[in-house]
Amino acid sequence: MVDFTLWDILRNLLLAARWTLLLSLIAFVGGGVVGLALLVLRLAGRPGTGRIVGAYVQLFQGTPLLMQLFLLYFGLALAGLNTSAWLAAAVALTLYASAYLTEIWRGCVAAIPRGQWEASASLALSFGQQLRHVILPQALRIAVAPTVGFLVQVVKATALASVIGFVELTKAGGLIANVSYEPLLTYGCVALLYFAICFPISQLARLLERTLR
Amino acid sequence: MSFDFLSILAQWPLLLRGAAWTIGLTALATLFGATLAVAGAWARSQGPRPLGWLVGAYVELIRNTPFIVQLFFIFFGLPELGIRLSPGVASVCAMTINLGAYATEILRAGIEATPRGQIEAAQSLALSRTQIFLHVVLPPALKTVWPALVSQIVIVMLGSAVCSQISTEELSYATNLIQSRNFRAFEAYIVGTLGYLGLAILLRHLLNWAGPRFLFGR
Repeated sequence: MVDFTLWDILRNLLLAARWTLLLSLIAFVGGGVVGLALLVLRLAGRPGTGRIVGAYVQLFQGTPLLMQLFLLYFGLALAGLNTSAWLAAAVALTLYASAYLTEIWRGCVAAIPRGQWEASASLALSFGQQLRHVILPQALRIAVAPTVGFLVQVVKATALASVIGFVELTKAGGLIANVSYEPLLTYGCVALLYFAICFPISQLARLLERTLR
Repeated sequence: MSFDFLSILAQWPLLLRGAAWTIGLTALATLFGATLAVAGAWARSQGPRPLGWLVGAYVELIRNTPFIVQLFFIFFGLPELGIRLSPGVASVCAMTINLGAYATEILRAGIEATPRGQIEAAQSLALSRTQIFLHVVLPPALKTVWPALVSQIVIVMLGSAVCSQISTEELSYATNLIQSRNFRAFEAYIVGTLGYLGLAILLRHLLNWAGPRFLFGR
């Protein structure tokens, strides 16, 4: 049996934390792009599309992320794609993040006074111009703090990718706990590493909320 | 590609049992978690300073780590200290601790929104500190933050799907079991996911109805 020192455990966990960070980044950026597209679809004002986006948000916020991961993992395979845990996790987390981000940003846009839309419409700006030059710059200011706050949720959500066999921080913790017979220490370290990633982001979100209001 | 949902629905007793477990876990976690949150919010807003800091540290620690890690820590880690919990008990503990932290923060916001004058008025009526907290501060605070609290309870219910990973026999465990028996994975997870969606909608309606009726009047 190999003896595991605290440093061995930490070193291996730190290596695995790279994948947690990378997956978080992919999900956050991907979710941002999809979320923005959904937001524009919703704002464009056709009631049909708005309702569909609303249902999409409800679906992702009303079901467990774990089930979404399983569904995509097996669903992509059914669709004939060669599924890896990577692909399934990245797609599932992107969709999950997009649903939350589009809802957060919708709230921010709704906080912009109606008069801003009317004023820009009376200047004969098109819908695209209204969004680009009048509404989004103002909404962005309100949106920064909750968006950064949501990043914490994304980082924590990536922990579930361990369940479909993606080796990130949590999965690595499980593997190390099994070979080192030190589950308390290992999971303690895993928790502290997540805390080390998430706590600064939470604090940043709080700071931004205070300064940008 | 052909789908076969009937073979999943034929296993309805399993699904029903799983859903009952999910409801039971959520009910217990809500009960204990809400109690913990009331105590935590009291400590944070009116309790002794050091206790308030301690609660603050607990809240930050839980809010900045994933639920699944908290669950694994309790189920796989604690036995090393001689604390051996069954999957069900470990799940309720993890959910309680998780909900307790988020709800503490939510409730605290509500409590801090209580106008100072109300507390002074209560003091002038010679109510004790405990009476003031329970009868004057808490009910309007609960009323203010109820929507946020309901959302958080729903999130914890959905999060309980992870408890299948320590073999708690709730809804996602039942779904896993069914798909491992008949290899209809996609259909099984569709049915399981819709089950959760239904539970989430039901729970939201139930809490929105029950809160004003039993907790804070009107």
